[in-house]
Amino acid sequence: MTLKHSQDFHDPRIARHLAARITRISRKPVRFMEVCGTHTVAIFRSGIRSLLPETISLLSGPGCPVCVTAQQEIDAFIALAREPETIVATFGDLIRVPGSGSSLQREKADGADVRMVYSTFDAVALARENPDKRVVFLGVGFETTAPTVAAAILAAHQQRLDNFSVMSAHKIVPPALEALADGTINIDGFLLPGHVSVIIGMDAYRSFFEAHRVPCVVAGFEPSDLLQSIAMLVDQVESGRPALENAYPRAVSPAGNPKAMAVMNEVFAVGDADWRGIGTIPASGLAIREKYAAFDAFRVFDIRLKPAPEPKGCACGEILTGMKIPPQCPLYKTVCNPMAPVGPCMVSSEGTCAAYYRYHGDG
Amino acid sequence: MCLAIPSKIIHIENEMATIDVDGVKRSASLMLLEDSAVGDYVIVHAGFAIKKLDEDSAKETIRLLREAAAFVDDLEAGKG
Ligand code: SF4
Repeated sequence: MTLKHSQDFHDPRIARHLAARITRISRKPVRFMEVCGTHTVAIFRSGIRSLLPETISLLSGPGCPVCVTAQQEIDAFIALAREPETIVATFGDLIRVPGSGSSLQREKADGADVRMVYSTFDAVALARENPDKRVVFLGVGFETTAPTVAAAILAAHQQRLDNFSVMSAHKIVPPALEALADGTINIDGFLLPGHVSVIIGMDAYRSFFEAHRVPCVVAGFEPSDLLQSIAMLVDQVESGRPALENAYPRAVSPAGNPKAMAVMNEVFAVGDADWRGIGTIPASGLAIREKYAAFDAFRVFDIRLKPAPEPKGCACGEILTGMKIPPQCPLYKTVCNPMAPVGPCMVSSEGTCAAYYRYHGDG
Repeated sequence: MCLAIPSKIIHIENEMATIDVDGVKRSASLMLLEDSAVGDYVIVHAGFAIKKLDEDSAKETIRLLREAAAFVDDLEAGKG
């Protein structure tokens, strides 16, 4: 009865069979986009690209949370780190992302108090342990992370911690799909994110799917999950019958996780948000509600977002929207590498440039 | 940032669970989960359990995949 399925989903015989099936049924050249940074990494790590026929191209979409964070948001985080008596708490990836003139890492070297945390509750604990400091958590991530940030705000509220706040740059996935589908690039199918879907459920994609009738499959993270999902997309394309399908039913349900959604909606309201490479997408971000204004770092610190150009020569924006792949960026490997990243796509472990660099082995 | 490996709940106290991730013990908040019990397998994201895995569904997916791969026979023979 033990759930050793994790291993079962690694069964090479299943993977071989699925790859053979995809090769057999795939006729039309297609471009599928995975909209989840963890999928990007899983696809590279498992080597399934090499199992796929030439007809299938996989593009990485705007699924890496740090990568889609707009330059002006990065700059606001850096401005925050310069505030006196302030501890900035963040997940690790963000620290090395270059802002317009600095990075959190550089600020830290110059004396700013920037701490890496594993969970948002660690940031709340920092606020409790440092009552004479202001502790700000940098809220970056999609619907998977936003409920955990909302939970931290509720906990701080309950504990009456008035020195805790969050700078929310959270984004939500379905509006980004709309923006991509309306854009210039032709995408033949979407591999929808696994853990975002755990929270928001299949139903959250219904209106997007009905409006665009493009093949959509929610995928898990094991090699056989991914191959199965790709096989389902190919089936939909070849039969001319697009559908919204769930290839990860052990974790994703039609309604998602209502409790997590309720916590998220209690604290956050949907608002417009800026995405790197895409620009402003209506109703695609999460801002802290008036009720919790005391925990909103934008209000507490009076920091405003100031328009800022993306790093010169960096093609992250085009990569995040599927218009380019990393080797088409002139800086890729010549100037930009994981030790000296020019853009966030090379910083984050989930970034497409970092994944290419690490796994692709191309020229 | 997402951890794809399922974690097993081995202890619960005050909405905090001790979880076992492939032999490593960690703690995870249960604040975002509807219901959970010791022994459940959950998906954990940044210190929070976000979903109980549906074991029947996991088994069904594996069964279908195996069946499709046409080695369901030796599987049956192996597991009895
Ligand atoms: S290789 Fe570097 S500069 Fe080029 S797009 Fe990627 S992150 Fe930007």
